[in-house]
Amino acid sequence: MRIDGKGLIDRSQPLRFTFEGKEYGGFKGDTLASALLANGVKLVGRSFKYHRPRGVLTAGSEEPNAMVEVLEGNQQTPNTRATVQEIYDGLTARSQNRFPSLAFDLLGVNDLFAPFLSAGFYYKTFMWPRAFWERVYEPLIRRAAGLGSLSRQHDEAAYEKAYAFCDLLVIGSGPAGLMAALTAARAGADVILADEDARFGGRLLSDGGRVGGQPALDWVDATLGELRALPNVRLMSRTTVTGVYDDGTYSALERVGLHVAPRPDLPRECFWRIVAKRSVLAAGALERPLAFSDNDRPGIMLASALRSYLNRYGVVPGERITLIANNDCARDTARQLMAAGARVVAILDTRDNASAVEDCPVYLGARITGTAGRMGLKSITLTHKGGTAVIETDCLAMSGGWNPTVHMTCHLNGRPVWRDDIAAFVPADNAVPGMIPAGAVMGRFSTKAALADGHRAAVEALSALGLTAPVAELPSAEDAPYAIEAFWQTPDVDGRQWLDFANDVTTKDVKLAAQENFRSVEHMKRYTTQGMAPDQGKNSNVAALAVLADVTGRAIPETGTTTFRPPFVPTSIAAMGAGGRGAGFAPQRFLTSDQASRDRNAPMIEAGLWYRPSYFPKPGEKTWKESCDREVAMVRNAVGVADVSTLGKIDIQGRDAARFLDLVYTNTFSTLPIGRVRYGLMLREDGLVLDDGTTARLGENHYLMTTTTAAAGLVMRHLDFVHQAFCADWDVRFISVTEGWAQFAVAGPRARALLATMLDRAPDLPFMGVTDVRLGGVTARLFRISFSGEEGYEIAVPTRYGEALFRDLLARAETLGGGPYGMEALNVLRIEKGFITHAEIHGRTTAYDIGMEKMVSAKKDCIGKAAAARPGMIGPERQQLVGLKAAGPITAGAHLFREGDRVHRETDQGYVTSVCWSQTLNTWLGLGFLENGRARHGERIRLVDHLRKIDVVCEVTDPVFFDKEGAKLRA
Amino acid sequence: MPELIAKSALGGLPPLRLAATELAEIDLGQITSIAPFPAAEKQVNAALKPLGLTFPAPNGQSAKGDARLIWTGREQAFLIGAAAPDGLADHAALTDQTDGWAALSLTGPAAVDALARLIPLDLRETAFPVGRVTRAALGHMSMILSRIAADSFQIMVFRSMARTAWHEIGDALDHLAARASLR
Repeated sequence: MRIDGKGLIDRSQPLRFTFEGKEYGGFKGDTLASALLANGVKLVGRSFKYHRPRGVLTAGSEEPNAMVEVLEGNQQTPNTRATVQEIYDGLTARSQNRFPSLAFDLLGVNDLFAPFLSAGFYYKTFMWPRAFWERVYEPLIRRAAGLGSLSRQHDEAAYEKAYAFCDLLVIGSGPAGLMAALTAARAGADVILADEDARFGGRLLSDGGRVGGQPALDWVDATLGELRALPNVRLMSRTTVTGVYDDGTYSALERVGLHVAPRPDLPRECFWRIVAKRSVLAAGALERPLAFSDNDRPGIMLASALRSYLNRYGVVPGERITLIANNDCARDTARQLMAAGARVVAILDTRDNASAVEDCPVYLGARITGTAGRMGLKSITLTHKGGTAVIETDCLAMSGGWNPTVHMTCHLNGRPVWRDDIAAFVPADNAVPGMIPAGAVMGRFSTKAALADGHRAAVEALSALGLTAPVAELPSAEDAPYAIEAFWQTPDVDGRQWLDFANDVTTKDVKLAAQENFRSVEHMKRYTTQGMAPDQGKNSNVAALAVLADVTGRAIPETGTTTFRPPFVPTSIAAMGAGGRGAGFAPQRFLTSDQASRDRNAPMIEAGLWYRPSYFPKPGEKTWKESCDREVAMVRNAVGVADVSTLGKIDIQGRDAARFLDLVYTNTFSTLPIGRVRYGLMLREDGLVLDDGTTARLGENHYLMTTTTAAAGLVMRHLDFVHQAFCADWDVRFISVTEGWAQFAVAGPRARALLATMLDRAPDLPFMGVTDVRLGGVTARLFRISFSGEEGYEIAVPTRYGEALFRDLLARAETLGGGPYGMEALNVLRIEKGFITHAEIHGRTTAYDIGMEKMVSAKKDCIGKAAAARPGMIGPERQQLVGLKAAGPITAGAHLFREGDRVHRETDQGYVTSVCWSQTLNTWLGLGFLENGRARHGERIRLVDHLRKIDVVCEVTDPVFFDKEGAKLRA
Repeated sequence: MPELIAKSALGGLPPLRLAATELAEIDLGQITSIAPFPAAEKQVNAALKPLGLTFPAPNGQSAKGDARLIWTGREQAFLIGAAAPDGLADHAALTDQTDGWAALSLTGPAAVDALARLIPLDLRETAFPVGRVTRAALGHMSMILSRIAADSFQIMVFRSMARTAWHEIGDALDHLAARASLR
């Protein structure tokens, strides 16, 4: 029921929304919870375990009951708190964890079996038979117990993550937070004020009252006006600070677009990382429910929530309202309700000696012994100092006192400190370096105390920042005493008293846990699941441990708390991983030939971050293998062109460049003549092979190193390490030029003829030579190197000319009966020639293993040389590189066994690293590692691949299958 | 042999204007890496004198007229907008970097906010003033970032990753424009 003239909603902007398939009206500024209550809807959900009917309990992000699914096209957002979700035109929400409907839930039958569903029920009941757990019990339990469900579609909506930096982060915008922000802003500090609500003001928006001689709301507006006008202030609404991390880093979740109908490109949420030199934690306090029999019925809510619905939303959620409290808060709530014209039928005070003077009946020493009304509260029965009573009521507001929101002070392992006078935990001193708690977080509950404490915190922060707070008078405000008498549970009554509404944990469960010797608060939590729901025990932790303390005969501080961990509110993975979905997962690197390859329908495969053509299908070719076989034959018989720009290129200069290369390579480069290229092998410090490649000498003190595609970054890092760690004073400098050159392999018997058409004359370059050539006005580099076994060249031009050169080379190659070849053909060509890739130098092989021990120069030292000489790194027990020939298909990853041996890990002789079908040699070829393999050429070996069900006998051969003497590449 | 056609990293993609902010591919002209050899700082600065430049401190730059020398790493700076002066090659390793980089400019009121969605850097003018240069991660890429004006940045990324950089900055601007439409 709306009250005229009350609330901060905009009545000029009516909105329509749907809940459970029924359309309702509300206003801009309403939450789903306030709008439903205004429409008289009390039943909003079913509880987790017993499927009990539930209504709205709170008016904040700690809500344990009113969790709904919001539906927006493909989006189905579960566990949305109706108390946080603002309504917009067309909002569609439905309740969750019910079947077939909210009002009639078949699994409500669970409630009747409650005596059997006590704490530890699963552990006791579903232990046998063991195999049933995964197949039967768990799916059943998940179906019955549980929260919302997902759409099972990809979440394609926009999300953001962002970084922010400030001098002072103020968390919370109640009186303490506003005062802290204002004080710091006036002193010139860069301030971020974050509040999880859509409006700033905290409880000042909900509690009414006066600040500085004016209505609290006017003071809030004036303060915000001043903050907005200051350039050094950033106001972040709908932003919940969720965690504290090292060095003043905070995480925060901003609800960017969840309060409006979805729009393209509008992020739903933004996950912030805020770095602040100092912070003020003014997160306030959370009101505690009271434990009494059946205290979970729809219509029972917190007294503070009732005040929020009255003052913030102009909603009174009942016609006959009752309040119960163990402190003075309820009194003010009752007076405000009555002043607004609502009917308060009684105030129940658990204290014996409180005042009984109010404009409604007051029961002192009151204990609620039961409630009635399954779908909505109808009546309560109670005992009190003067006897017993039954009160007809449809709304019961409760206040068990306040828990300071200490959560974030505990994120770096701080433990809160118990204070008997307020029956609550407050933050430990200096629990988080640089974070100053203020206001209700410190147990300073009155508005006046909060304002003063916010100011105090800001002054403290400013002094640490080297700034001075301007002198200012604090506004006047109420300063009522708190007057609480702890009341944790109703003694000597039957029935279940809920502590954790979200996970259906009652006082009985806590007692049972203690009785079964789960007496540590951490054990009790896990045994009962108290505090493990989406609200993370915000409504129940302190009460539960108080009950535990009581049953175990310990004091509350002695019992201790469980650990508060981030995030403070549920946070979607989509927000934390914003931008990382699909192609956002990693950068894409494109070759200059990319478009030309795609134009020819080449399927692109990822190689590292690069996209490279797999093969170039011709009309009529149905499989990749047909294209691959043709491309291999094309290179062997005519000429092929391939983009090899992905190879790492490092420019190395300096008087010590040669010396440096001699240190990092196993073989010698100081003897390499200018204009020549040499193959080199590089070891890691542990003696295993790091990478191979070719290095050209361009000048006396100038080299160009080529690395494999896969290890380009790795080798650069290795060179940096070697330089900085071992020879920082050497006269050597190097820098990556990988991206600066587009480089193309031109290979085949007609390669020279092709190049002759482009260059002034046929290149007269010896095998492993390099020279500059002119292509029109462009200076290009021409290398004579071969990775195919054919006469091969690589021609490199500045990247901007790459696409033009590639298309030109293809046209010329095709005219000569050749064309482009892709990664598949490239792989076949190099296997036929026995050239290794990182399939072979995979991090566990030595130079000896791959038959290159002679490349480790005896005349000089190099990185990894000593480690490569350790026992076990050389010898017949090593698995050595061999070739394999087979009549039928073989696979990489298969293992090798002696014929006749049992196939078993203990008889494993080696494994296969690369395979291909060789059209050239009309056989299946493989490279692999075989124990003492070099001595076993000509032997037969059994190849077994359990995954692909392959079991064939191969011939062990030399790893070079084709043109062993290298006559073709030297032609 | 006819002339080869030159193509920029993004091949003439038109500028993107969103949230009153413009993302554009720019041509920086010749880029030369200058890496002074050990103990050659004095000679390097002498050789740079005709350009009116000095070798920059870490995260700094030296600029005169169209010529800029921006710090890019340990013992390394990029000369942009001018050819390396004579004699410099005797005291520093010079490497042509012109084709290795794609350069973007991001200018407008949303420039800082867009970058704040991609890089974990304090871009307040007190911490990152005009003329400051840094190497930082742009999403999962490496970039060279320099501030040209309060609301203008120059971004250099590996040429092969230009499309991803464009896409990611564009996405950030898309989101900011959509946020602006809420107000």
